[in-house]
Amino acid sequence: MEVPAELEKEIDERITHYPVSKRSAVLPVLHALQHHFGYISEEAVEWAARKLELEPIKVLEVVTFYPGFRQSAPGKYHIRVCRTLSCAMAGSAELMESLCKAAKIDRSGVTHHHPIAVGEDGRFSIEFAECLASCGTGPVCMVNDDFHEKVEDAETLLSKYRD
Amino acid sequence: MAAIKYLAGKEPHPNEHRMIFRNVDREGWDPSIDTYLGEGGYEQLKKAVAMEPQAITDEVKKAGVRGRGGAGFPAGVKWGFIPPNNTKPVYLICNADESEPGTFKDRYIIHQDPHQLIEGMAIACFAVGAKLAYIYIREEFPEGAAILEKAIAEAHEKGFLGKGICGSDFDLEIYVHRGAGAYICGEETGLIESLEGKRPYPRIKPPYFPAAMGLYLCPTIVNNVETLCHVKHILDMGGEEYAKLGTPNNTGTRILCVSGDVQKPGYFEVQVGKVTLGEVINDMCGGLKPGRKIQAVIPGGSSAKVLRGDETFKIKKGGEDVELKLEDIPMDFDTLAACGSMAGSGGVIVIDDSRSISWVLNNINAFYAHESCGQCTPCREGSLWMKKITDRVVAGKAAPSDIDTLDAVARNIDGRTICAFGEACSWPTESFIQKFRDELVASTNPDLDEAIVNPETELAAAHLAR
Amino acid sequence: MSDEGKPAVEMVDVQIDGEWHQFPKGTRMIEACRQVGKEVPHYCYHPKLTSPGNCRMCLVEMGMPPRPRPGEDPPEKDENGHLPISWIPRPVIACANTVAPNMGIRTDSDLTHACRQGVMELLLINHPLDCPICDQAGECRLQEFSVEHGNGGSRFREQKVKKPKNVDIGPRIRLDDERCIMCSRCIRFTDEVADDPVLGFTDRGSHTVLTVHPGQQLANNYSLNTVDICPVGALTSNDFRFQMRVWFLKEDKSICTSCGRGCNITIGSREDEVYRLTPRENNEVNSAWMCDHGRLNFHYLNSEMRLTDPLVRGAEGHETVAWGDAIQAAADALGRCEANEIALIASGRLTNEELFMARRLASVMKTEFVDIVPRSGEADDYLLAADRNPNTNGAKLVLGLDEPGQALKDIREGMAQGRIKALVVLQENLIDDAGFTAEELGKLDFILHTYPLANPTAETADVVLPGAAFSEKRGSMINLTGRLQRLNRATDGPGQTREVWEIVRDLIQALGGGNGIYLIEDVFKQMAGEIAEFEGLTLSKIGDLGVPLLETDEKIPLLERERERVAKGIIVG
Ligand SMILES: Cc1cc2nc3c(=O)[nH]c(=O)nc-3n(C[C@H](O)[C@H](O)[C@H](O)COP(=O)(O)O)c2cc1C
Ligand code: SF4
Ligand code: SF4
Ligand code: SF4
Ligand code: FES
Ligand code: FES
Repeated sequence: MEVPAELEKEIDERITHYPVSKRSAVLPVLHALQHHFGYISEEAVEWAARKLELEPIKVLEVVTFYPGFRQSAPGKYHIRVCRTLSCAMAGSAELMESLCKAAKIDRSGVTHHHPIAVGEDGRFSIEFAECLASCGTGPVCMVNDDFHEKVEDAETLLSKYRD
Repeated sequence: MAAIKYLAGKEPHPNEHRMIFRNVDREGWDPSIDTYLGEGGYEQLKKAVAMEPQAITDEVKKAGVRGRGGAGFPAGVKWGFIPPNNTKPVYLICNADESEPGTFKDRYIIHQDPHQLIEGMAIACFAVGAKLAYIYIREEFPEGAAILEKAIAEAHEKGFLGKGICGSDFDLEIYVHRGAGAYICGEETGLIESLEGKRPYPRIKPPYFPAAMGLYLCPTIVNNVETLCHVKHILDMGGEEYAKLGTPNNTGTRILCVSGDVQKPGYFEVQVGKVTLGEVINDMCGGLKPGRKIQAVIPGGSSAKVLRGDETFKIKKGGEDVELKLEDIPMDFDTLAACGSMAGSGGVIVIDDSRSISWVLNNINAFYAHESCGQCTPCREGSLWMKKITDRVVAGKAAPSDIDTLDAVARNIDGRTICAFGEACSWPTESFIQKFRDELVASTNPDLDEAIVNPETELAAAHLAR
Repeated sequence: MSDEGKPAVEMVDVQIDGEWHQFPKGTRMIEACRQVGKEVPHYCYHPKLTSPGNCRMCLVEMGMPPRPRPGEDPPEKDENGHLPISWIPRPVIACANTVAPNMGIRTDSDLTHACRQGVMELLLINHPLDCPICDQAGECRLQEFSVEHGNGGSRFREQKVKKPKNVDIGPRIRLDDERCIMCSRCIRFTDEVADDPVLGFTDRGSHTVLTVHPGQQLANNYSLNTVDICPVGALTSNDFRFQMRVWFLKEDKSICTSCGRGCNITIGSREDEVYRLTPRENNEVNSAWMCDHGRLNFHYLNSEMRLTDPLVRGAEGHETVAWGDAIQAAADALGRCEANEIALIASGRLTNEELFMARRLASVMKTEFVDIVPRSGEADDYLLAADRNPNTNGAKLVLGLDEPGQALKDIREGMAQGRIKALVVLQENLIDDAGFTAEELGKLDFILHTYPLANPTAETADVVLPGAAFSEKRGSMINLTGRLQRLNRATDGPGQTREVWEIVRDLIQALGGGNGIYLIEDVFKQMAGEIAEFEGLTLSKIGDLGVPLLETDEKIPLLERERERVAKGIIVG
């Protein structure tokens, strides 16, 4: 794993936001690494630990706690569909189904430990997320950092990411 | 001032009182500092830094503003909990985790009016003596985080942050800290642990009351986005004037977020206690879908206890006994508490009679099972157990006695955990069983009462008894 | 105003289960209850570690005096000066909260029992309940409390959460995650005491698992303490697992003899076989811990290499003889020597009593050549000391040695020059542990050697006697801080093994010096008569925790840090 100088510079700058304790920078460092590499590898855990002068287990504890960190590669476009009540009432389960169909993703292997399903061509991956704080415009989902409300048609949504 | 124009289709309802959301969905408005300054932005901060910090806290106390994050604790009183002889640094954290299901208000402040929040924070920091503050924003608001960082940079440039703010000797840095998708980071001590780079395990209270021992074990004030925005307006209006908004002990405005089975879900800033639940649902949200009746309402985020559509509430109001129908409940802290629920985070979820109650409860239980941090026994084990029971109820594989078990599990959690997540996860189950027992039992099968004993457990129980 | 007459710490009145008591301010509720005989069940709380309050087993009902509303009269005190108590409906944890004036605690109320029952049920639903094959059975707090506080039949009808089982997390420890109740004691120990944070929780909620970081190991020299403090059978010792059901073990209080620290221990044995050593709390020595090195240094006790009978070299090599004959053979040979022709090499592993008898022997044999074999290793910054003899201070005091090991050089020189013709070697293997060679020993006229095990030095000796090892003897030792501590006999040595003080006593007698010593108490009494430091003491006065005897400037790094944490109120201590 090669951390480019640019990225390391950005990370170093982030760390300065925590003048009292470097350890506080665990989340921003991990975010930066995941943003660049797509997920948090074991090497990334070790790298972050070295950077912040922590025991690697302290970083792993954090990485595995948060659903926001992935430990394996997602698709080029990672979709998070809100599963929680208001969106469920607005049809998020159906949305999930139609997105999987449209993106050719098989979710049958999804478990608590492997919440993400990746499509065969690696373009899309998908998982359920909990309430995305836009319950009035459900069903909602995120595609990478983009936010989508009142998603009605899976194909219309995906077409924006088919290049 | 010329009347404010809002985007077509997003005009506020006439019964709204837009203060915090004044600039949300406003035509010609953008989150830049120039726009903000064009309408008196940062004037209150300028005023504040010339005041005695204590005088600001006093105004906030007088205003009586209660926390908008969930617990409804008076902000001024909280600020006053910083030990008087404190010599440690003081920190302020803005809770922008907005993760209580049904709540979607902070999102709009952050995206559309970030300087309002920054100004409110700066004033609050000045009042409590904080020179370093963080905005803990949920990871799922990436754009919001970028907007806030841009706004902070702008405010820095104009001397509203940094060293010697507005020519005073007040220094302040604000940083944006992104979470990573965990509801428990909304709980203030979980948030603090997360901000310290640890697993967000909430802390035991006592001794870890944030105002005395918070971030890095120093006095720390944690307030919700909306609460901090109010600070600016309190300074503008004066505490007493502000307190005239809303109703006694339930002052000011608050943003209600309505979702679920209504015609027009959305957000509505109203004076606290000046509108009823019925007005919110029927007037502001355009009522239910055709032919539907209210089956249930969760009035303050999914953790709040559910209310039945056909319920009447016998409560005391001003020393008198009154009887309220669901739709007559004024949306304020005290009345909702008296009705056995809470105003919480302002997230109103309406459930009509087309919904299966067990399906709704199961969806909620799945949320809490997924979000329990797992630190303490009752919540860690109980939240998943409740979910598994309702999984079976929904699948038609539960017996009526499972409903009793479900209730017992919830009561084994309630009041016995490290943090209020324990209540958050047990109250839905407790209240759904209390109010909808028949509906839940109807989804079960009496033939299964003895049938589904897990062979694993039977064997184990035998060993244990040995 | 002067502080005179004021108690050092403020005392507060606390009512526990209806009775009023006084405790120093700052006392944890759980400790206050324990002090008055009301044990509050607990899992995560450990007085030597921080209190996360996570297991919720210690929930109790609590009350405080009612707070008068504005305008209301304050509540009245009763004839004893106590205010009424208004009980709080929400239970509180007893482990992390401290007592307050006029507080009420109920450890026996319906609410308290309901809480415990609830926690027990919840802890058990995902527990594998494989007690019959669990090593912890018998000292499992889960098993213990479930009998007392459980509610019998399970209402749990779901699939249990599956987790890793039988995970190797270090060279000496295995982890069964399904049994783990996530009390975090082991993590806190490795973080706070052993400074080796390799353990942690991964995942979250009910799926949380205790893990050692991939590629790392829980291998520090204190790792096995985690097994002791794990309240269930999640962490088990490779060394002890499946060896013996704990309820069959006989427990004897003694001390570890693998270094000069003298950690207090409990010896677990059955039918003269030692199965394990576990630390015994002593806040002046080892807190509640011990090192793995000392803990595991007992397998030689059960070794097939143990000497079992007195041996005398004859024409055909060593032959088994009766004790009397062996002693007589030694006395005959030693009796022929002139003053200073014999050297006595004793051991820093001997008890004071054994050393005292050795000192007697030296004077009967009229020799100035007396020493012990020093042994050292690397000290760590915790408990393990560089001095790997447990009783160097005793040897210095009793034998009058200034610098142990100093005389060995002279002895070897004397041997080479033929001035020294005989050696008495008590419990030391000179060839392996002191650099002597078989040739130089072979030149001597006579060697008497006591030792627990067959060894190269014994090969060169004329009389070889089976001397008892640490678990097989009573007596006292002085640790590096100058504390006098007691060993107790847990097992009888194999065959005809005897304690060194008895062997030496008989030898002195055979050499013509009667002494009227029958019991180890007699040795101590005579020692106390001759050596001022022991004056007024007896073996029984030493007690289970020892007594300070000598002033030293030895500091115990682990204890220093623990005391700092206690002073800060982070831990109870
Ligand atoms: C489980 C749980 C989740 C919470 N989530 C949030 C949240 O997302 N946003 C928030 O502002 N407060 C949340 N809170 C409330 C905070 O703990 C805290 O009371 C609040 O941020 C204080 O701010 P306020 O007084 O301004 O409301 C949560 C509390 C609990 C117990
Ligand atoms: S109540 Fe739940 S969320 Fe709160 S500390 Fe306990 S396990 Fe964690
Ligand atoms: S392994 Fe044992 S000590 Fe460690 S957390 Fe689990 S139960 Fe507690
Ligand atoms: S520190 Fe020394 S006395 Fe203590 S257990 Fe280790 S070897 Fe034995
Ligand atoms: S429930 Fe989907 S955004 Fe809140
Ligand atoms: S002993 Fe675990 S919470 Fe008190």
